[in-house]
Amino acid sequence: MSDRYLNLVNSPVGSAVASRIGLPQPAKLRRYSVGDPLLPGPALVGSTQGKPTAALDTLLTDAGVEVLDALAHGEPAALVLDARSLAQPSDLAAVREFLGPGVRALGASGRVVVVAQPPDGSSVAVDTTRQAVEGIVRSLAKELRRGSTANLLWVEDEASLPAALRFFLSGKSAYVDGQPLRLGPGMAPDPADWDRPLAGKTALVTGAARGIGAAIAGVLARDGAKVIAADLTVAGETLAKVANRLGGTALHLDVAAADAPQRLLDHLAAHTDGLDILIHNAGITRDKLMANMEPHQWDSVLAVNLEAQLRINEALLGSDQLNAQARVACLSSTTGLSGNRGQTNYAASKAGVIGLVRSSAPAFAAHGRSTINAIAPGFIDTDMTAKMPLATREVARRLSSLQQAGLPIDVAEATAWLASPGAGGVNGQVLRVCGQSLVGA
Amino acid sequence: MVAVNTRRAAVVGANRIPFARSNGPYARAANQDMLTATLDGLVARFGLQDERLGEVAAGAVLKHSRDFNLTRESVLGSRLSPQTPAYDVQQACGTGLETVILTANKIALGQLDSAVAAGVDTTSDAPMAVNEKLRAVLLETNRAKTVGARLKALSGIRPTQLMPSIPANSEPRTGMSMGEHQAITTLEWGITREAQDELAAASHRNLAAAYDRGFMDDLITPFLGLSRDQNLRPDSTVEKLAALPPAFGKAFGENATMTAGNSTPLTDGASAVLLASEEWAAAHKLPVLAYFVDAETAAVDYVHGNRKEDGLLMAPVYAVPRLLARNKLNLDDFDFVEIHEAFAGTVLTTIKAWEDAEFCRRRLDLDGPLGSVDRKKLNVNGSSLAAGHPFAATGGRIVATLAKMLHENGGGRGLISICAAGGQGVVAVLEA
Repeated sequence: MSDRYLNLVNSPVGSAVASRIGLPQPAKLRRYSVGDPLLPGPALVGSTQGKPTAALDTLLTDAGVEVLDALAHGEPAALVLDARSLAQPSDLAAVREFLGPGVRALGASGRVVVVAQPPDGSSVAVDTTRQAVEGIVRSLAKELRRGSTANLLWVEDEASLPAALRFFLSGKSAYVDGQPLRLGPGMAPDPADWDRPLAGKTALVTGAARGIGAAIAGVLARDGAKVIAADLTVAGETLAKVANRLGGTALHLDVAAADAPQRLLDHLAAHTDGLDILIHNAGITRDKLMANMEPHQWDSVLAVNLEAQLRINEALLGSDQLNAQARVACLSSTTGLSGNRGQTNYAASKAGVIGLVRSSAPAFAAHGRSTINAIAPGFIDTDMTAKMPLATREVARRLSSLQQAGLPIDVAEATAWLASPGAGGVNGQVLRVCGQSLVGA
Repeated sequence: MVAVNTRRAAVVGANRIPFARSNGPYARAANQDMLTATLDGLVARFGLQDERLGEVAAGAVLKHSRDFNLTRESVLGSRLSPQTPAYDVQQACGTGLETVILTANKIALGQLDSAVAAGVDTTSDAPMAVNEKLRAVLLETNRAKTVGARLKALSGIRPTQLMPSIPANSEPRTGMSMGEHQAITTLEWGITREAQDELAAASHRNLAAAYDRGFMDDLITPFLGLSRDQNLRPDSTVEKLAALPPAFGKAFGENATMTAGNSTPLTDGASAVLLASEEWAAAHKLPVLAYFVDAETAAVDYVHGNRKEDGLLMAPVYAVPRLLARNKLNLDDFDFVEIHEAFAGTVLTTIKAWEDAEFCRRRLDLDGPLGSVDRKKLNVNGSSLAAGHPFAATGGRIVATLAKMLHENGGGRGLISICAAGGQGVVAVLEA
C-alpha cells in the first residue's frame, strides 16, 4: 500500500508546509534497480590514519565507484571511513574530522559506512575506543536526513568486505540504518558476475506466496538462483503465480507438519542437486494478551515460526541435501528484540530465532563453511500491516530514523546479500532491516 | 522410412484444480480459465516456464462453439512457450484418459519427448444454443439476398423459438439420461442399495484420508479460493447415505436404489498430466512416477443390445478382458484398480460382470470368470463419488492419482477403467 504522507511531503507544497510546522519529512529512498551503478556519485574515502589504504581504494574502484580523497565541488554519494587504526579515545577526533564536513556535503540517500575493528579483549584502551565507534555511527544515523544511512562494519576478517561494501553502498541497503555488523572469517568468493551472484544456486523460500517471502523469492531469482517457492497448499493459487513470475517451482509444504523435514529432503533429492540457500520465512501471528492467550494460539505460532526452523535445519545438517557453503537466513523481527504488547507468543518465536542462529552458527560453519543468520525486519508495509488501524500504522511508519515503513523488497535485498557467496564471513548474526526503528534499539 | 522403435512413456507429474459442484465457486469460470489455471499450476510445480513441450492434448465434453481451439488458446494464455502446439480431443467422459493414450503413444513412438494430457469441463458455464427452429430462421435470413426476402424469412420467428436449447446429460438416441440408463443396468445386475452406499461412503472416507495425509499436496493447485474438492464429505456414512431418496430409476418403485449420494453430481474442474520420455524427464530432473503400458477402448450397442448386458456404461466390462489378454495379465496381477465412479452402480456392475462365469464365457469369450477385484485395491484414495466428475477432467485425475500411488508403493501395476457416454469405455494399464 502506498505511503500517502510520504508522497505528500515530497510534493512542493507539502514539503514547504511540513518543514514550517516541523512535521516529519521522510524522503524517497534510493532503491536498487537492475543495472544501477553502486552509487549515483563519487564516494569520499578517508581513514583515521591519514590516507586511506590502497586496498580499500582498489576494492571500491573495482566495484565501479569513483573515489575522492578530499571534498570537491558537488555532493559525494557516500562517505567511507577506514577506522581500523583507532587505538585510544583521542584517536576518535579523526572520526569527527572526516565525518563532520563529510555529512554536510553528503547527497540525498547518501551512505556512510565506517569500517572498524571489533573489540577483541586485547587491550582496555583499544576496546574502549573501538566500542565508542558504535555510538558514533548509531547517533549519526539518527542525525542524517534525506534518506541517508550510516552503518558500521566490524571487520574481523576481510573476506566478506567486498560484498558487504557493495551491499551497504548500494540501493539494496536502503532501509538498513544504524546497524553494526560483524564480518568474520569464512569462504566468501567473488561471484563471476556481480549482477547474478546466485547463478547456479538452488534456493528454497518458505512462506513464499505473499509479502516478504514472495519478495525474497523474486530477488533471489533476479540474482540468478533457481528458486523453490514453498507455502501451504491453501496458498497454492498465489504461490503458482509467484513461481511462474520468477521462473521457479512451487512446492506445497506445511513446515509445521510432522513429516515436513522428510518431505523436504525427499523433494530436494528428487528434484535438485542439493540446496544452497534456505530462507526460513514462513511465519504466522496469533496476537493475544498473555492473560487471554489460548494454548492453540501459543502453540501454532511457536510451531510454525520456530520449531519448524529447528527441525528442518537439523534434518538438513544430518542429510546429504545441504551443499557446502550453504546459506541459511531466518526471518526474525524487531519484535523479537524489543517485545510487543499482545505478542508474547510471536516475540518468543522471533527472539528464539536469534538464539537459534547464534547457537547453530558453529554447526553450519563446520558444514562446509556454511552460514546461518537472522534478519529482523522492522515496520514493513505488507498485507499484514495494511490491516492495522490507520493512526497506529501512521505512527508506526514514522517511528524510525528514516521516518517511513520499509518495503518487502528491502528485507529481500538484505536476505539475498546474506545468501550470496560473498557474505560467507557473516555467521550467527542478526541484521535489522528497520530504518533504525526507535523501538528495540 | 524411419524404423519404428518404441520406448516407454512416463507419467512425470500432474496438476488439477479442486473440483467444484456445478454453479458453485467456479460458476463464472469458463473452460479456458480453468484449463489455463491448471496448466499454469503444472508449469509452476515443475518449472516449465517458457518450455516448448511436444504438445498439449486436451478437451471438454461441453464446449462453446467459440472454444473451437480451446486447448491451443489455453496454452497461449499459460506460461508455457507459445511455440507449444495443442489440439482438442473429445470422447465424452473418456476424453481425459484418451488424451493420455494419444500423447503416451506418440512419446512411445518417438514422435514426442514431452506432452501434457488434460481435460476440463464446466456444467455451470455451459454452452446454450439458440432454439433449433430459430437457428433455421436466422440462417435462412442470412442466405436471403434482398431486403424483402430477409423480412420474409424473419417473419418466421415465433415467440416459442426464444427458448434456448440447453445441453442435456442425455443420450441422443434414447432420450434417457445417463442415470436412467445406469438405473436399468443396476437393477438388471441386482446391485443393492446397501452395496452402492457402502462404495460411496468408502470413496468419501478414502479421499478425505488422502487429503489429510498430504497425498494431494503435489497433485492440486487451489483455484478461486477452493483448496479441496467441494463435493467431498469426510463425515459421510452409510447411515446418512441410506436416508437419501432415489434420484434415478424412480419408476422401479421399491427397487429404485440410485440416489444423489451414490451418483456423481454435476461438477466443474480441470486436470492435467505431464508425460515424457525417460530421457526428457531425466534431463529436467523430474522423477518418473509410473509408465504407461497399454490401453483399450470398447463400445457397446446400448441402443439395440441386450438390456442387461449392453448397458450404456458397460463398455469397460468388454475393454478390460481384451486389454488383459493382449498383455497376458489377469486381475490378480494388479496392485491397484481404479474404476471411475460415474455411479456406484457402474463400479459394482462392472465387478459383478467379471465375476459372472456364464456371462464371461458367453460375452467375453473367456473360459470362466475374469476374476474378482480385491476391494482393498479398489479406488483406495477415493474416486468420482467423492471428488466429483467434471467429465473430461476425470481421466487426468485418475491417471495422476494412480501414478503417484504406484510411485509411493515403490512399484506395481494399476488398472484404470472409465465409462463414457455413447456406450464407450476407455481402459489402461500403468506400471512403476
